[in-house]
Amino acid sequence: MSGVQTPGRPSLTTPPKQAVGLWRTVGALLRKELLVELRTLESVPGMSLFALTTFVVFHFALNRDSVEGDLAAGILWVTLLFAAILGVNRLFVADADQGGYDAFLLAPVDRSAMFLAKTLTLLAFLVVLELVAVPAFALLLLGPPLGPALPGLLATLALGDVGIAVIGTLVAALAVQTRARDLLGPLLALPLFVPIVIGGARAVSPLLVQAHTGGVVEPPIRWLLTLGLYDLVFGLIAYALFDFLLED
Amino acid sequence: MQSPSRHPAGSSDTKHRPSGAVGTYGRGLRTLSLSTVIAIALALGLVFFYAPLEAEQGFLQKIFYVHVPLAIVALCGFVLGGLLAIQHLRTRDPRWDMRSYVVIHMSLIFAIGTLITGSIWAKGSWGHWWVWSEPTLVSFLIIFLLYATYQPLRFAIEDPERQARYASVFAITAGAFVPLNYIAVNLSTAYLHPRVFTSTSNLPGSMAFTLLVSMVAMALLFATLCKYELTAKHTRAQLRALRRRLAGDGVSPPARSRSAVPSLSHVAAPPAQAAGRSAL
Repeated sequence: MSGVQTPGRPSLTTPPKQAVGLWRTVGALLRKELLVELRTLESVPGMSLFALTTFVVFHFALNRDSVEGDLAAGILWVTLLFAAILGVNRLFVADADQGGYDAFLLAPVDRSAMFLAKTLTLLAFLVVLELVAVPAFALLLLGPPLGPALPGLLATLALGDVGIAVIGTLVAALAVQTRARDLLGPLLALPLFVPIVIGGARAVSPLLVQAHTGGVVEPPIRWLLTLGLYDLVFGLIAYALFDFLLED
Repeated sequence: MQSPSRHPAGSSDTKHRPSGAVGTYGRGLRTLSLSTVIAIALALGLVFFYAPLEAEQGFLQKIFYVHVPLAIVALCGFVLGGLLAIQHLRTRDPRWDMRSYVVIHMSLIFAIGTLITGSIWAKGSWGHWWVWSEPTLVSFLIIFLLYATYQPLRFAIEDPERQARYASVFAITAGAFVPLNYIAVNLSTAYLHPRVFTSTSNLPGSMAFTLLVSMVAMALLFATLCKYELTAKHTRAQLRALRRRLAGDGVSPPARSRSAVPSLSHVAAPPAQAAGRSAL
Protein backbone atom coordinates (compact mmCIF):
# COMPACT_ATOMS: atom_id res chain seq x y z
CA MET A 1 0.00 0.00 0.00
CA SER A 2 2.95 2.30 0.60
CA GLY A 3 3.95 1.96 -3.04
CA VAL A 4 1.30 4.49 -4.00
CA GLN A 5 3.06 7.78 -3.49
CA THR A 6 0.72 10.71 -3.48
CA PRO A 7 2.24 14.12 -2.94
CA GLY A 8 -0.82 15.49 -1.20
CA ARG A 9 -2.73 14.71 1.95
CA PRO A 10 -3.07 11.15 3.20
CA SER A 11 -6.81 11.35 2.74
CA LEU A 12 -6.33 10.86 -1.00
CA THR A 13 -5.48 7.22 -0.49
CA THR A 14 -7.96 6.50 2.26
CA PRO A 15 -11.25 4.89 1.39
CA PRO A 16 -14.40 7.02 1.46
CA LYS A 17 -15.14 7.69 5.08
CA GLN A 18 -18.26 7.44 7.15
CA ALA A 19 -19.45 4.32 5.40
CA VAL A 20 -19.91 3.03 8.93
CA GLY A 21 -20.46 5.41 11.81
CA LEU A 22 -17.45 6.20 13.97
CA TRP A 23 -18.94 5.10 17.25
CA ARG A 24 -20.33 1.90 15.77
CA THR A 25 -16.82 1.07 14.59
CA VAL A 26 -15.40 1.94 17.99
CA GLY A 27 -18.00 -0.26 19.63
CA ALA A 28 -17.23 -3.19 17.35
CA LEU A 29 -13.48 -2.83 17.87
CA LEU A 30 -13.87 -2.46 21.61
CA ARG A 31 -16.04 -5.56 21.73
CA LYS A 32 -13.42 -7.46 19.75
CA GLU A 33 -10.60 -6.31 22.05
CA LEU A 34 -12.48 -7.25 25.21
CA LEU A 35 -13.50 -10.60 23.75
CA VAL A 36 -9.92 -11.37 22.80
CA GLU A 37 -8.78 -10.42 26.28
CA LEU A 38 -11.52 -12.51 27.91
CA ARG A 39 -10.62 -15.54 25.81
CA THR A 40 -6.84 -15.32 25.98
CA LEU A 41 -6.42 -13.54 29.35
CA GLU A 42 -3.11 -12.23 28.14
CA SER A 43 -2.89 -8.76 29.67
CA VAL A 44 -5.03 -8.02 32.71
CA PRO A 45 -4.18 -11.05 34.89
CA GLY A 46 -0.50 -10.49 34.17
CA MET A 47 -0.76 -6.81 35.04
CA SER A 48 -2.60 -7.51 38.30
CA LEU A 49 -0.22 -10.24 39.34
CA PHE A 50 2.70 -7.98 38.54
CA ALA A 51 1.24 -5.25 40.76
CA LEU A 52 0.78 -7.67 43.67
CA THR A 53 4.31 -8.98 43.31
CA THR A 54 5.65 -5.45 43.19
CA PHE A 55 3.98 -4.65 46.52
CA VAL A 56 5.71 -7.66 48.05
CA VAL A 57 9.01 -6.54 46.54
CA PHE A 58 8.50 -3.05 47.96
CA HIS A 59 7.83 -4.51 51.40
CA PHE A 60 11.17 -6.26 51.41
CA ALA A 61 13.11 -3.58 49.53
CA LEU A 62 12.01 -0.85 51.96
CA ASN A 63 11.86 -3.12 54.99
CA ARG A 64 8.55 -1.55 56.01
CA ASP A 65 5.37 -3.20 57.17
CA SER A 66 3.23 -0.17 56.42
CA VAL A 67 3.70 3.04 54.50
CA GLU A 68 1.92 6.39 54.41
CA GLY A 69 2.01 9.85 52.85
CA ASP A 70 4.56 10.50 50.10
CA LEU A 71 5.98 7.01 50.27
CA ALA A 72 2.57 5.36 49.94
CA ALA A 73 1.58 7.58 47.02
CA GLY A 74 4.90 6.90 45.31
CA ILE A 75 4.69 3.14 45.71
CA LEU A 76 1.12 3.06 44.44
CA TRP A 77 1.87 5.15 41.35
CA VAL A 78 5.13 3.42 40.46
CA THR A 79 3.45 0.03 40.74
CA LEU A 80 0.43 1.04 38.67
CA LEU A 81 2.66 2.66 36.06
CA PHE A 82 4.90 -0.35 35.60
CA ALA A 83 1.93 -2.68 35.51
CA ALA A 84 0.34 -0.37 32.92
CA ILE A 85 3.48 -0.58 30.80
CA LEU A 86 3.03 -4.35 30.62
CA GLY A 87 -0.40 -3.76 29.11
CA VAL A 88 0.91 -1.01 26.80
CA ASN A 89 3.55 -3.35 25.44
CA ARG A 90 0.98 -5.95 24.51
CA LEU A 91 -1.71 -3.61 23.22
CA PHE A 92 -0.97 -3.84 19.49
CA VAL A 93 1.13 -6.98 19.30
CA ALA A 94 -1.69 -9.24 18.14
CA ASP A 95 -2.84 -6.73 15.52
CA ALA A 96 0.65 -6.24 14.13
CA ASP A 97 1.59 -9.92 14.09
CA GLN A 98 -1.65 -11.54 13.03
CA GLY A 99 -2.92 -9.15 10.41
CA GLY A 100 -5.45 -7.18 12.47
CA TYR A 101 -3.96 -3.98 11.11
CA ASP A 102 -4.39 -5.04 7.49
CA ALA A 103 -7.94 -6.12 8.06
CA PHE A 104 -8.74 -2.83 9.74
CA LEU A 105 -7.12 -0.81 6.94
CA LEU A 106 -9.13 -2.68 4.34
CA ALA A 107 -12.39 -1.84 6.07
CA PRO A 108 -14.13 1.34 4.95
CA VAL A 109 -14.07 2.93 8.39
CA ASP A 110 -12.60 6.00 10.02
CA ARG A 111 -9.12 5.25 11.27
CA SER A 112 -9.55 7.30 14.42
CA ALA A 113 -11.87 4.51 15.55
CA MET A 114 -8.80 2.35 16.15
CA PHE A 115 -7.29 4.98 18.44
CA LEU A 116 -10.50 5.46 20.41
CA ALA A 117 -11.12 1.73 20.74
CA LYS A 118 -7.57 0.98 21.85
CA THR A 119 -7.58 3.85 24.35
CA LEU A 120 -10.86 2.63 25.82
CA THR A 121 -9.49 -0.92 25.94
CA LEU A 122 -6.40 0.19 27.81
CA LEU A 123 -8.58 2.30 30.10
CA ALA A 124 -10.71 -0.76 30.88
CA PHE A 125 -7.58 -2.81 31.59
CA LEU A 126 -6.33 -0.12 33.95
CA VAL A 127 -9.64 0.04 35.81
CA VAL A 128 -9.63 -3.73 36.34
CA LEU A 129 -5.99 -3.57 37.38
CA GLU A 130 -6.82 -0.93 39.98
CA LEU A 131 -9.81 -2.91 41.25
CA VAL A 132 -7.26 -5.54 42.24
CA ALA A 133 -4.23 -3.43 43.05
CA VAL A 134 -5.76 -0.71 45.24
CA PRO A 135 -7.48 -3.06 47.74
CA ALA A 136 -4.37 -5.21 47.77
CA PHE A 137 -2.26 -2.14 48.48
CA ALA A 138 -4.56 -1.13 51.34
CA LEU A 139 -4.38 -4.65 52.72
CA LEU A 140 -0.66 -5.28 52.35
CA LEU A 141 1.16 -1.99 52.75
CA LEU A 142 -1.02 1.03 53.50
CA GLY A 143 -0.88 2.25 57.11
CA PRO A 144 -3.77 4.76 57.28
CA PRO A 145 -7.31 3.57 56.53
CA LEU A 146 -8.34 3.71 52.90
CA GLY A 147 -11.96 4.77 53.50
CA PRO A 148 -11.66 8.55 53.97
CA ALA A 149 -9.13 8.82 51.14
CA LEU A 150 -11.16 6.76 48.69
CA PRO A 151 -13.17 9.46 46.82
CA GLY A 152 -10.12 11.63 46.24
CA LEU A 153 -8.02 8.61 45.34
CA LEU A 154 -10.58 7.44 42.80
CA ALA A 155 -10.80 10.87 41.20
CA THR A 156 -7.02 11.10 40.90
CA LEU A 157 -6.71 7.56 39.59
CA ALA A 158 -9.40 8.19 36.99
CA LEU A 159 -7.61 11.27 35.67
CA GLY A 160 -4.26 9.48 35.75
CA ASP A 161 -5.72 6.47 33.94
CA VAL A 162 -7.00 8.60 31.09
CA GLY A 163 -3.54 10.08 30.62
CA ILE A 164 -1.85 6.69 30.81
CA ALA A 165 -4.34 5.22 28.34
CA VAL A 166 -3.95 8.04 25.81
CA ILE A 167 -0.17 8.19 25.93
CA GLY A 168 0.13 4.43 26.22
CA THR A 169 -1.93 3.89 23.06
CA LEU A 170 0.12 6.36 21.05
CA VAL A 171 3.42 4.96 22.29
CA ALA A 172 2.30 1.37 21.76
CA ALA A 173 1.35 2.11 18.17
CA LEU A 174 4.67 3.89 17.66
CA ALA A 175 6.75 1.07 19.12
CA VAL A 176 4.95 -1.98 17.79
CA GLN A 177 6.20 -1.65 14.23
CA THR A 178 9.84 -1.36 15.28
CA ARG A 179 12.24 -4.20 15.79
CA ALA A 180 13.05 -3.42 19.42
CA ARG A 181 9.44 -2.89 20.48
CA ASP A 182 9.71 -4.44 23.94
CA LEU A 183 12.52 -2.06 24.71
CA LEU A 184 11.34 1.07 22.94
CA GLY A 185 7.81 1.04 24.36
CA PRO A 186 8.77 1.56 28.00
CA LEU A 187 11.64 3.88 27.08
CA LEU A 188 9.28 6.14 25.15
CA ALA A 189 6.43 5.91 27.62
CA LEU A 190 8.17 6.53 30.94
CA PRO A 191 9.35 10.12 30.33
CA LEU A 192 5.93 10.99 28.94
CA PHE A 193 4.35 9.55 32.11
CA VAL A 194 6.47 11.72 34.41
CA PRO A 195 3.99 14.64 34.57
CA ILE A 196 1.24 12.13 35.41
CA VAL A 197 3.33 10.81 38.26
CA ILE A 198 4.05 14.34 39.44
CA GLY A 199 0.37 15.27 39.46
CA GLY A 200 -0.89 11.89 40.66
CA ALA A 201 1.55 11.42 43.51
CA ARG A 202 1.22 15.02 44.71
CA ALA A 203 -2.56 14.73 44.70
CA VAL A 204 -2.66 11.39 46.49
CA SER A 205 0.04 11.82 49.13
CA PRO A 206 -1.91 14.20 51.41
CA LEU A 207 -4.82 11.73 51.33
CA LEU A 208 -2.77 8.85 52.65
CA VAL A 209 -1.62 10.44 55.89
CA GLN A 210 -2.26 8.93 59.29
CA ALA A 211 -3.59 12.19 60.77
CA HIS A 212 -6.78 12.06 58.70
CA THR A 213 -8.98 9.67 60.58
CA GLY A 214 -12.42 11.22 60.47
CA GLY A 215 -14.32 12.48 57.45
CA VAL A 216 -13.55 12.50 53.76
CA VAL A 217 -10.30 14.14 52.64
CA GLU A 218 -10.21 16.35 49.57
CA PRO A 219 -7.34 16.01 47.14
CA PRO A 220 -5.52 19.20 46.14
CA ILE A 221 -7.56 20.63 43.26
CA ARG A 222 -4.48 22.17 41.64
CA TRP A 223 -2.98 18.78 40.89
CA LEU A 224 -6.24 17.36 39.60
CA LEU A 225 -6.46 20.32 37.23
CA THR A 226 -2.88 19.72 36.09
CA LEU A 227 -3.67 16.09 35.41
CA GLY A 228 -6.86 16.98 33.56
CA LEU A 229 -5.09 19.53 31.39
CA TYR A 230 -2.32 17.08 30.56
CA ASP A 231 -4.89 14.43 29.62
CA LEU A 232 -6.72 16.90 27.41
CA VAL A 233 -3.64 18.14 25.57
CA PHE A 234 -2.20 14.70 24.98
CA GLY A 235 -5.60 13.33 24.05
CA LEU A 236 -5.86 15.89 21.27
CA ILE A 237 -2.26 15.32 20.13
CA ALA A 238 -2.62 11.56 20.08
CA TYR A 239 -5.97 11.73 18.32
CA ALA A 240 -4.51 13.98 15.64
CA LEU A 241 -1.34 11.97 15.11
CA PHE A 242 -2.59 8.43 15.37
CA ASP A 243 -3.79 8.24 11.75
CA PHE A 244 -0.24 8.74 10.50
CA LEU A 245 0.88 5.56 12.24
CA LEU A 246 -1.69 3.45 10.40
CA GLU A 247 -0.79 4.03 6.80
CA ASP A 248 0.78 0.88 5.49
CA MET B 1 7.73 17.91 -4.81
CA GLN B 2 10.00 20.75 -5.68
CA SER B 3 13.30 19.96 -7.30
CA PRO B 4 16.31 21.66 -5.72
CA SER B 5 17.62 22.83 -9.09
CA ARG B 6 14.61 25.05 -9.53
CA HIS B 7 15.88 27.42 -6.89
CA PRO B 8 17.54 30.55 -8.21
CA ALA B 9 21.29 29.99 -8.09
CA GLY B 10 22.34 33.35 -6.80
CA SER B 11 24.94 32.25 -4.29
CA SER B 12 28.58 33.16 -4.09
CA ASP B 13 29.94 29.62 -4.12
CA THR B 14 28.36 28.43 -7.34
CA LYS B 15 31.64 27.54 -8.99
CA HIS B 16 32.28 24.48 -6.79
CA ARG B 17 28.97 22.77 -6.92
CA PRO B 18 28.44 19.73 -9.10
CA SER B 19 24.72 20.44 -9.49
CA GLY B 20 21.90 22.39 -7.92
CA ALA B 21 21.43 20.97 -4.45
CA VAL B 22 24.75 21.75 -2.80
CA GLY B 23 24.69 25.34 -3.90
CA THR B 24 21.20 25.70 -2.47
CA TYR B 25 22.04 24.18 0.87
CA GLY B 26 25.45 25.79 1.20
CA ARG B 27 24.15 29.22 0.33
CA GLY B 28 24.73 31.82 3.00
CA LEU B 29 26.81 29.47 5.10
CA ARG B 30 29.81 31.76 5.07
CA THR B 31 27.83 34.83 6.13
CA LEU B 32 26.09 32.85 8.84
CA SER B 33 29.36 31.42 10.16
CA LEU B 34 31.03 34.83 10.24
CA SER B 35 28.13 36.48 12.02
CA THR B 36 28.09 33.64 14.55
CA VAL B 37 31.79 34.11 15.27
CA ILE B 38 31.32 37.85 15.67
CA ALA B 39 28.24 37.42 17.90
CA ILE B 40 29.98 34.89 20.14
CA ALA B 41 33.08 37.09 20.43
CA LEU B 42 30.87 40.06 21.29
CA ALA B 43 28.88 38.04 23.83
CA LEU B 44 32.03 36.71 25.52
CA GLY B 45 33.49 40.21 25.58
CA LEU B 46 30.36 41.54 27.25
CA VAL B 47 30.25 38.65 29.72
CA PHE B 48 33.82 39.12 30.90
CA PHE B 49 34.38 42.87 30.59
CA TYR B 50 31.00 44.58 30.71
CA ALA B 51 28.55 42.63 32.85
CA PRO B 52 29.01 43.40 36.56
CA LEU B 53 30.00 40.73 39.07
CA GLU B 54 26.98 39.40 40.88
CA ALA B 55 26.99 40.27 44.56
CA GLU B 56 26.43 36.83 46.08
CA GLN B 57 27.95 34.37 43.62
CA GLY B 58 30.70 36.52 42.12
CA PHE B 59 32.53 35.19 39.09
CA LEU B 60 30.68 31.89 39.16
CA GLN B 61 27.46 33.61 38.12
CA LYS B 62 28.98 34.23 34.65
CA ILE B 63 28.03 30.69 33.70
CA PHE B 64 24.48 32.03 33.71
CA TYR B 65 25.21 33.63 30.32
CA VAL B 66 25.99 30.23 28.84
CA HIS B 67 23.53 28.05 30.74
CA VAL B 68 20.37 30.07 30.20
CA PRO B 69 20.85 30.70 26.44
CA LEU B 70 21.75 27.03 25.96
CA ALA B 71 18.58 26.00 27.79
CA ILE B 72 16.30 28.39 25.92
CA VAL B 73 17.78 27.59 22.51
CA ALA B 74 17.53 23.85 23.16
CA LEU B 75 13.90 24.16 24.29
CA CYS B 76 13.01 26.23 21.24
CA GLY B 77 14.91 23.76 19.07
CA PHE B 78 12.87 20.84 20.35
CA VAL B 79 9.63 22.70 19.70
CA LEU B 80 10.93 23.74 16.26
CA GLY B 81 11.73 20.10 15.51
CA GLY B 82 8.07 19.31 16.23
CA LEU B 83 6.87 22.10 13.94
CA LEU B 84 9.14 20.90 11.13
CA ALA B 85 7.76 17.40 11.66
CA ILE B 86 4.21 18.75 11.25
CA GLN B 87 5.34 20.22 7.96
CA HIS B 88 6.76 16.83 6.99
CA LEU B 89 3.53 15.02 7.74
CA ARG B 90 1.60 17.61 5.74
CA THR B 91 3.80 17.68 2.64
CA ARG B 92 5.49 14.23 2.80
CA ASP B 93 8.67 15.88 1.59
CA PRO B 94 11.64 14.00 3.10
CA ARG B 95 13.58 17.23 3.33
CA TRP B 96 11.33 18.43 6.15
CA ASP B 97 12.05 15.20 7.98
CA MET B 98 15.76 15.81 7.47
CA ARG B 99 15.42 19.33 8.89
CA SER B 100 13.45 18.05 11.86
CA TYR B 101 16.06 15.36 12.45
CA VAL B 102 18.96 17.82 12.32
CA VAL B 103 17.25 20.35 14.60
CA ILE B 104 16.40 17.68 17.18
CA HIS B 105 19.87 16.23 16.96
CA MET B 106 21.43 19.63 17.59
CA SER B 107 18.97 20.45 20.39
CA LEU B 108 19.90 17.21 22.09
CA ILE B 109 23.54 18.28 22.07
CA PHE B 110 22.55 21.69 23.44
CA ALA B 111 20.45 19.96 26.11
CA ILE B 112 23.48 17.96 27.21
CA GLY B 113 25.35 21.27 27.37
CA THR B 114 22.55 22.69 29.53
CA LEU B 115 22.73 19.74 31.89
CA ILE B 116 26.51 19.99 32.22
CA THR B 117 26.63 23.77 32.74
CA GLY B 118 23.70 23.60 35.15
CA SER B 119 25.45 20.86 37.07
CA ILE B 120 28.64 22.91 37.31
CA TRP B 121 26.66 25.91 38.50
CA ALA B 122 24.85 23.82 41.10
CA LYS B 123 28.13 22.40 42.35
CA GLY B 124 29.64 25.87 42.55
CA SER B 125 26.79 27.54 44.37
CA TRP B 126 25.32 24.75 46.51
CA GLY B 127 28.10 22.18 46.63
CA HIS B 128 26.06 19.45 44.93
CA TRP B 129 26.35 18.26 41.35
CA TRP B 130 22.62 17.66 41.21
CA VAL B 131 19.76 19.55 42.86
CA TRP B 132 16.16 18.45 42.49
CA SER B 133 14.88 21.87 43.48
CA GLU B 134 16.07 23.48 40.25
CA PRO B 135 13.23 22.95 37.74
CA THR B 136 15.28 23.78 34.64
CA LEU B 137 17.78 21.03 35.37
CA VAL B 138 15.15 18.48 36.31
CA SER B 139 12.95 19.11 33.30
CA PHE B 140 15.98 18.99 31.03
CA LEU B 141 16.88 15.61 32.41
CA ILE B 142 13.39 14.30 31.64
CA ILE B 143 13.42 15.86 28.17
CA PHE B 144 16.88 14.48 27.55
CA LEU B 145 15.72 11.00 28.56
CA LEU B 146 12.77 11.24 26.18
CA TYR B 147 14.75 12.52 23.20
CA ALA B 148 17.50 10.00 23.83
CA THR B 149 15.04 7.44 22.40
CA TYR B 150 14.61 9.39 19.15
CA GLN B 151 17.63 7.90 17.42
CA PRO B 152 16.98 4.33 18.64
CA LEU B 153 13.39 4.65 17.40
CA ARG B 154 14.58 5.70 13.95
CA PHE B 155 17.23 3.01 13.94
CA ALA B 156 14.68 0.31 14.76
CA ILE B 157 12.53 1.04 11.69
CA GLU B 158 14.03 -0.10 8.40
CA ASP B 159 11.63 1.24 5.80
CA PRO B 160 12.79 4.85 5.20
CA GLU B 161 9.30 6.19 4.52
CA ARG B 162 7.84 4.65 7.66
CA GLN B 163 10.89 5.71 9.64
CA ALA B 164 10.35 9.32 8.60
CA ARG B 165 6.63 9.18 9.38
CA TYR B 166 7.04 7.58 12.80
CA ALA B 167 9.91 9.88 13.69
CA SER B 168 7.70 12.86 12.84
CA VAL B 169 4.91 11.57 15.07
CA PHE B 170 7.45 11.21 17.85
CA ALA B 171 8.89 14.67 17.19
CA ILE B 172 5.47 16.33 17.37
CA THR B 173 4.47 14.49 20.54
CA ALA B 174 7.78 15.22 22.20
CA GLY B 175 7.77 18.82 20.99
CA ALA B 176 4.42 19.36 22.69
CA PHE B 177 5.66 17.50 25.76
CA VAL B 178 8.61 19.87 26.24
CA PRO B 179 6.65 22.93 27.45
CA LEU B 180 4.06 20.80 29.30
CA ASN B 181 6.77 18.94 31.16
CA TYR B 182 8.51 22.20 31.99
CA ILE B 183 5.28 23.57 33.48
CA ALA B 184 4.62 20.38 35.46
CA VAL B 185 8.13 20.25 36.90
CA ASN B 186 7.98 23.96 37.71
CA LEU B 187 4.68 23.47 39.54
CA SER B 188 6.14 20.61 41.54
CA THR B 189 9.03 22.67 42.85
CA ALA B 190 7.70 26.21 42.90
CA TYR B 191 5.62 25.81 46.01
CA LEU B 192 8.19 23.85 47.96
CA HIS B 193 11.37 25.84 47.51
CA PRO B 194 11.93 29.52 46.95
CA ARG B 195 13.59 30.18 43.60
CA VAL B 196 17.28 30.70 44.11
CA PHE B 197 18.26 31.91 40.68
CA THR B 198 17.31 35.42 39.74
CA SER B 199 14.60 35.45 37.16
CA THR B 200 15.19 37.53 34.07
CA SER B 201 12.57 40.11 34.96
CA ASN B 202 14.50 41.68 37.81
CA LEU B 203 17.94 41.70 36.25
CA PRO B 204 19.90 44.95 36.16
CA GLY B 205 20.07 46.49 32.68
CA SER B 206 23.67 45.61 31.91
CA MET B 207 23.13 41.97 32.82
CA ALA B 208 19.93 41.75 30.82
CA PHE B 209 21.69 43.25 27.80
CA THR B 210 24.57 40.77 28.11
CA LEU B 211 22.09 37.92 28.42
CA LEU B 212 20.25 39.12 25.32
CA VAL B 213 23.46 39.26 23.28
CA SER B 214 24.47 35.80 24.54
CA MET B 215 21.06 34.50 23.56
CA VAL B 216 21.40 35.87 20.03
CA ALA B 217 24.90 34.43 19.76
CA MET B 218 23.71 31.02 20.94
CA ALA B 219 20.77 31.05 18.53
CA LEU B 220 23.13 31.94 15.68
CA LEU B 221 25.46 29.12 16.71
CA PHE B 222 22.53 26.73 16.69
CA ALA B 223 21.43 27.88 13.23
CA THR B 224 24.96 27.65 11.84
CA LEU B 225 25.56 24.15 13.19
CA CYS B 226 22.21 22.98 11.84
CA LYS B 227 22.99 24.45 8.45
CA TYR B 228 26.42 22.80 8.38
CA GLU B 229 24.92 19.43 9.24
CA LEU B 230 22.17 19.81 6.65
CA THR B 231 24.66 20.83 3.97
CA ALA B 232 26.94 17.95 4.86
CA LYS B 233 24.09 15.45 4.74
CA HIS B 234 22.81 16.71 1.41
CA THR B 235 26.29 16.82 -0.07
CA ARG B 236 27.01 13.29 1.04
CA ALA B 237 23.74 12.01 -0.37
CA GLN B 238 24.46 13.70 -3.66
CA LEU B 239 28.03 12.44 -3.75
CA ARG B 240 26.80 8.90 -3.34
CA ALA B 241 24.25 9.33 -6.07
CA LEU B 242 26.92 10.66 -8.42
CA ARG B 243 29.36 7.87 -7.52
CA ARG B 244 26.70 5.31 -8.18
CA ARG B 245 25.98 6.85 -11.54
CA LEU B 246 29.70 6.81 -12.32
CA ALA B 247 29.78 3.10 -11.54
CA GLY B 248 26.90 2.57 -13.94
CA ASP B 249 24.59 1.36 -11.20
CA GLY B 250 21.98 3.96 -11.75
CA VAL B 251 19.00 1.72 -12.25
CA SER B 252 18.96 -0.94 -9.60
CA PRO B 253 18.12 0.51 -6.19
CA PRO B 254 20.90 -0.43 -3.79
CA ALA B 255 20.28 -2.23 -0.55
CA ARG B 256 19.99 0.47 2.06
CA SER B 257 22.03 -0.19 5.14
CA ARG B 258 20.28 0.34 8.45
CA SER B 259 20.52 3.92 9.50
CA ALA B 260 18.88 6.39 11.84
CA VAL B 261 19.59 9.21 9.40
CA PRO B 262 16.68 10.29 7.20
CA SER B 263 16.82 9.11 3.63
CA LEU B 264 16.95 11.75 0.94
CA SER B 265 16.57 9.40 -1.96
CA HIS B 266 13.98 11.62 -3.63
CA VAL B 267 16.06 14.71 -3.29
CA ALA B 268 19.64 13.62 -3.69
CA ALA B 269 19.41 12.29 -7.21
CA PRO B 270 20.15 14.97 -9.79
CA PRO B 271 17.19 15.56 -12.10
CA ALA B 272 18.91 13.94 -15.09
CA GLN B 273 18.76 10.50 -13.55
CA ALA B 274 15.56 10.71 -11.62
CA ALA B 275 14.82 7.13 -12.60
CA GLY B 276 17.90 5.84 -10.79
CA ARG B 277 16.83 6.04 -7.19
CA SER B 278 19.68 6.48 -4.80
CA ALA B 279 19.75 6.00 -1.10
CA LEU B 280 21.67 7.65 1.63
